[in-house]
Parts: sequence; structure tokens; C-alpha cells
Amino acid sequence: MTALLQAEGVTKTFGGYTALSDVSCEVEPGSVHAFIGPNGAGKTTLFNIVSGVLRPTTGRLFYQGQDYTGSRADQVLAMGVARNFQQVRLFHGLSVVENVMVGCHARMGGLLRDALNLVSPKPATELAARERALEMLALVGMSDRVRGAPAALTLVDQRRLEIARALASAPRVLLLDEPAAGMNPSDVNELVALVRSIKTLGITILLVEHHMRFVMTIADTITVLSAGRVIARGPPAAIQRDENVIAAYLGVA
Amino acid sequence: MLGGYWESVAIFVGINVLMGMSLYVPMAAGLISLGQGGFMAIGAYTSAVLTKQGWSFGIALPAGAALAAVAGLIVGAPALRIRGIYLMILTLGFGEIVRVFFLNFEPTGGATGLGGIAPLTQLPWVVIACALAVFVAWRLRASRLGRAMIAIHEDDVAAEAMGISLVTVKLFAFALGAGLAGIAGAFYAHQALYIDANQFDFSRSALTFLYVVLGGPANPFGPMVGAVVVTLLPEFLRVVADWRMTFFGALLVIAAIWRPDGLLRAPTFK
Repeated sequence: MTALLQAEGVTKTFGGYTALSDVSCEVEPGSVHAFIGPNGAGKTTLFNIVSGVLRPTTGRLFYQGQDYTGSRADQVLAMGVARNFQQVRLFHGLSVVENVMVGCHARMGGLLRDALNLVSPKPATELAARERALEMLALVGMSDRVRGAPAALTLVDQRRLEIARALASAPRVLLLDEPAAGMNPSDVNELVALVRSIKTLGITILLVEHHMRFVMTIADTITVLSAGRVIARGPPAAIQRDENVIAAYLGVA
Repeated sequence: MLGGYWESVAIFVGINVLMGMSLYVPMAAGLISLGQGGFMAIGAYTSAVLTKQGWSFGIALPAGAALAAVAGLIVGAPALRIRGIYLMILTLGFGEIVRVFFLNFEPTGGATGLGGIAPLTQLPWVVIACALAVFVAWRLRASRLGRAMIAIHEDDVAAEAMGISLVTVKLFAFALGAGLAGIAGAFYAHQALYIDANQFDFSRSALTFLYVVLGGPANPFGPMVGAVVVTLLPEFLRVVADWRMTFFGALLVIAAIWRPDGLLRAPTFK
């Protein structure tokens, strides 16, 4: 099977600091592919590169075999790769449901038509976007919290809202950067269920996470990064026994 | 309906409302311009030259707006890379360039200015233009483009990651704002009947900024309220004669302390 998403020899340097060094990776369609590693391993940098927020210093990126290296973040999203942010980045000038409607942006037509439409107060595209946004909020379990300001939500709900916003763009690949951060065990269980239901929608998931029980439960493949390099890759059971991984996390005795 | 004096005041209020809206639109996308006076000058000179050539005002006004919008695109292009205070400096520089250009450009009168402009500005048309501008701004709030502008204002990294093209939306906001300033300029030229470069100096841009900040930059009706207050208050303060502008300044300071987000706040969420 050809990889849905592929990174080839990706290196990223910030000044003299090398955040990623020659990282290659293939993501199978329909899988949950987790990236783990100690702090500073380069996991979030890799996500930023895959989603077009940053450009790799060297290396290439492929989506369905197409080279998309150098594409802007909005082009990457239009292509079908959506993401959340480790530090939640919601639009506080918009309501909860409007935040999700921003996610519909790339799938809506008529940028000017609706803005300059002086006749119909609720054009069909707006109603469709709102309906889709409400569906996505229902999917993440926030049907009762669609009104009001995102700032009034708990951190857990803000993370859910970001996932709903990303899903509204109808992605084929979803990048989740530490979605379980700050969650208690029951929240994490709900998140596991949510990620599973997203997977059943046929969406491929890339996951950066420190919560090991979560990762081991949900991941099909795990790539371990340490100091910007890939040190191991495989199914969860193999990763848990891998000596390089144990050394990177615990240090060598 | 209104006496000549008050009709004239109402027209200038309307022109300033249009100027306020011209800055509201880019500011909704987080783009602060201190050069709206420059776009106004382009609209004023373009339409005045055209009507003096015998063109009808109905064509000269849109032509002025269109040329101002093109200038907006040209100024907006570098604005894609810079933001905040640097963008303010860039737009301030643009406004000065336009002023100095018309000051030295002899075909439009240079330093002596351009006189003999026909009195073609009529209050009903100014009111209609204002109503349309405010209506569009209000409708923008509940549209895909308006949400994209607010998203960029709040967090442009997240906005781009959600599929919003920063290039398209920022350029559109700048061009639409510049076009509105061009319309204001065309009305202004055909009301003042004489224009020179210094009527479109930095204080014009700064006052425009004041309309939006005082009225409320997060509310589509804010700039209108700001423009009305700032334009009319000095008229009513004529009773205090020479202390007029001192009173006016003091009232602005009070407003800034009492209502730091502007007289009208952001609409509450539905």
C-alpha cells in the first residue's frame, strides 16, 4: 500500500540549532500513527512542517505521492491535512460555533458573493456551514456548548473545540498535537473514544502525545523521536520493549 | 429640509463616516492603516479631474474609488509580511507620499490646488453610501469572509492553518477599505469644490483612526458613531469659543478612560 503521507529526509534548523535531522516517515492510510519522544525531540516541529506552518530546511513532503514541500498552511489544509495546536489557538473574537465554521472556510464557495449579498440574510452556504459546524460539535460531545465565547470553556472543551474546528474542514489526515494534555483519566477515556470514532470516519490520524496509556491504546504505529532523530518505529508492543526507547526515556544504567 | 449650513455639516459627517468604515474593514482583519487620507486624496483628485473633463459624477466617483482600491492593493502587498506598528509606519509613509505627490504634480494644480470643482455632492447619495458601507460591514460579520478577517485578526497562524489564504483576505480588506476612502474623497472634492494636497495630510488619517478607535473597532456601527461624535462635537462646542478644541481633547481623554474598547463594544455572541 502506498503511504498517504510521507516525509523524506526532513531536516529543520533554527539558527545553529537542529530541531529535526534527516527524519523520514511514512503514514499508512486509515492508521493512527503516534509520535513520541522526550521534550525537545522535535515532534511539534515535525507537525509544523507537515502542516505547512514551517518549511523544512531540507527534505521533501508527499501527500498521496504528490510533492507538496513549500506549500503554505492554507494550501496544505485545502489538500486535506488539518491540525490542532498544542497551545490551544482559538479565535476569541468569534463564538464557539463560529470557530468551527472557520474550519468550513476552505470547503465553502463564494468568498465575495456572501459578503456582498445584500438580499438574503442567511445564504445557503452559511446555513450549510452552520449545520456542519453543529454536527462536528456534536461529534466531540459539545452540543450543549455551541453558543457563547470560547474563552468561557474549560481547557478540555477548548481542546475538543479545536478538534471540531479541524474536522469541519473535512480532512483526510488529522494532526493531533498533545490532545490529552491537562486531561484527567475520564477525559482521556472520552478522548480515546473520540479518536476511535474519527478513525472510523476514514480519517488518518497523526498523534503527538506524552500520555503513554493513551498512545499504547490507540496507536497502530509509533515513531519515536529523540533529539531530532528517529530512534525507533513499530507497533506499540515492540516499542515498549525497544532498548533505544527505554534508554532515551529513562537514561542508560 | 436642512438649512444650508446643517446640510453641509451632515455631508461632512457622512464623508467622515465613510472614512471610518474605510479603516474599520482592514482593522477587522488586524491591519491598522495610518494612511487612509492618501486613499481619500486619490479618490478626490481622480473624480475631480474627471468631472472637470465633463464626465458625469456617476462615473467619476466609482473611478476614484477604483483607483484608490488599486492603490490599496499596491500598499497592501508589502503589508502581507509586516504587521502591527511597522504596518502603521508603512501606511503613514504612503499617506505622506500621496500628499507630496499631489503637492508637486502640476497637472492637478500642484501647490495651488485644484479649484472650480462642480458642486455635485448631494446629501441623499452620501447617506445611501454610508448606509451601504455600514450594512456591508454588518453583514460581513456573519459571512465566510468576515469570519476569516476576524480569525486573521485574532491569530493569523491558526487562521492560515484552518485554510484561510492570508494573501487573499488581507489584500481584499485593504482594497475594500481604500475604495471606501476613495468614495469619501470623491464626495469631499465635490462638496469642498476646492482641494489641495494638505487637506489630505496626516491629521486626516489620524482623525480617521480616531473615529474607529473611539467608536469601537470591534463593532460595525462603531466607526459610524465615532465619526458622528468627533465631527459634530466641535460644532456644538462652538459655545465655548476658543476653548473648543481643548474641551474636545478633554472629552476624548475621558472617553478613552471610560470606554477603552470604544463607545460601542463587540456584539455579543449569538
